[in-house]
Amino acid sequence: MATRQGGLFLPAHLLARTGPGATSVAQMIRLQNVSKTYFSKGKDAGVEALKTVDLHVPKGQIHGVIGLSGAGKSTLIRCVNLLERPTTGSVTVDGQELTGLTGDALNQARHRIGMIFQHFNLLTSRTVFANVALPLELMGMKKAEIAERVTPLLELVGLADKARQHPAQLSGGQKQRVAIARALASRPRVLLCDEATSALDPHTTGSILELLRDINQQLGLTILLITHEMEVVKSICHRVSLISGGELVEEAEVGDFFTAPRTQLGRDFLNDFLELEPPRALIERLEAAPGPHSHPVVRLAFSGDAVSTPLISRLARECGVDVSILQAKVESIQDRTLGLMIAELMGDADDTRRALSYLETHDLQVEVLGHVQRDD
Amino acid sequence: MSSAMIELILEATLDTLYMVAVSGLIAALLGIPLGVMLYVTRPRQILAQPALNGVLGVITNIGRSVPFIILMVAIIPFTRALVGSSIGTNAAVVPLTIAAIPFIARLVEGALNEIPPGLVEAAQSMGATPWQIIAKVLLPEARGGIFTALTVTIVTLVSYSAMAGAVGGGGLGDLGIRYGYNRFNPTIMLITVVILVVLVQGFQSLGDYLVRKSDHK
Repeated sequence: MATRQGGLFLPAHLLARTGPGATSVAQMIRLQNVSKTYFSKGKDAGVEALKTVDLHVPKGQIHGVIGLSGAGKSTLIRCVNLLERPTTGSVTVDGQELTGLTGDALNQARHRIGMIFQHFNLLTSRTVFANVALPLELMGMKKAEIAERVTPLLELVGLADKARQHPAQLSGGQKQRVAIARALASRPRVLLCDEATSALDPHTTGSILELLRDINQQLGLTILLITHEMEVVKSICHRVSLISGGELVEEAEVGDFFTAPRTQLGRDFLNDFLELEPPRALIERLEAAPGPHSHPVVRLAFSGDAVSTPLISRLARECGVDVSILQAKVESIQDRTLGLMIAELMGDADDTRRALSYLETHDLQVEVLGHVQRDD
Repeated sequence: MSSAMIELILEATLDTLYMVAVSGLIAALLGIPLGVMLYVTRPRQILAQPALNGVLGVITNIGRSVPFIILMVAIIPFTRALVGSSIGTNAAVVPLTIAAIPFIARLVEGALNEIPPGLVEAAQSMGATPWQIIAKVLLPEARGGIFTALTVTIVTLVSYSAMAGAVGGGGLGDLGIRYGYNRFNPTIMLITVVILVVLVQGFQSLGDYLVRKSDHK
């Protein structure tokens, strides 16, 4: 694993062309009504991998698309550079409609869109240097010019000393760094990341994500990534879309998504990520309807001001209920803090009802998971 | 052993080498592109042409299924038209080449098939044209597999060339049959077999070396 000390080394000429255009809100990627149906021989009905997807990614943003396997993520990202041609709809990148292009015009447009992959897809027959040089060779650039472009890129990803090695000699994280350098070689406006960290261990994932964030901030590069890992969304994305069955079912700022997902699938992803489930022994005793001597078990999600308010002790004082905390966790998501808690509210029926409405008025998400019977 | 005998053996060895080298070279020049065509014209490939692919496949299979000894006599008119004679070393080169082209093509196609599809996809995402993908991705990535294919072909050609005697092509196989078998000379038989074994070993070692050198996996 190569280590990079201090900040990102950025060659001046890389910065010169694409400064971070923070004030611009121009759309960099625009998918309108995009659908993709795979037809197979002898069958009239095709398989709908994507159904009328609309997606807008403003310039300079990191947008994540998260979903389970088979949800259509991979098809979606391949529609952006037309590796998969959409069945209907239009794809516009940096103001240019790609769906109308074929042949050379499409290849020219693809020079402006970099892509990295889960399995890196480096050429084993080429050295690290020659891999990064490949997109430039494809553009017909002169050898001397290529060398001038490749060396700073290898420095950028911290692999200048590996230029003459072959990919087989590198670790997974180093291979992905080479792939990132290769994707940046043609100075793209957009970087597509296809499960770029899914084949990497957690530590390496962290360092690759850090590199992607640096690139986004310093080059102002727009990034669209697909993943099944909430960790990836949490650490680098600005916005996130949730994909399921070929449709984008939810889209939100990452802070909002992690504090208040609007769909059940979103909540499932969040709960899996936070691993905040009631203890198994309790789940078995949970009943949907309240009984004569039961206590509600609630999941509370605090965000914003609610995190720093001493809600639990106030609840005890003002509503006369005891609160038994079964699980609790605090997460930082970008500049937001998210507190999560599973608790049992102990008191008589009136008190607990009052406690629930008290909680609901205090800007936090309350979900009643069920009721447990009390023997006493 | 008489000096005339030694001269015969030497001449036969050179004939074999000549037939193998010329037919191997021409077959490589035609067979590798055919193998690439068989691969890139497949459905969903970079130059997908399912109809053309089907036709090429059938032609290749016909070439692969005709036994060499039959092919050799069956194409005599073609051979005569091409090299002006139906007997001799040059006449033997024609059927050897014809037999080796589909052989190489299928092996090259197989070598290309081993390349992870992701590499082609990556090149496409960079805006590579189909020809650039062939030149810069497929052929370099399959280099080891192509050397293996050529080695197998050369070794097969050494053994096929032993049948060239049937059209008066000369070579070691012919010598072994005429002197070793028909004239009951076990020494000649043994010598020709030993030389063939040494040739095959030599080609195989050279091929293995080239494969190793081009393999960075």
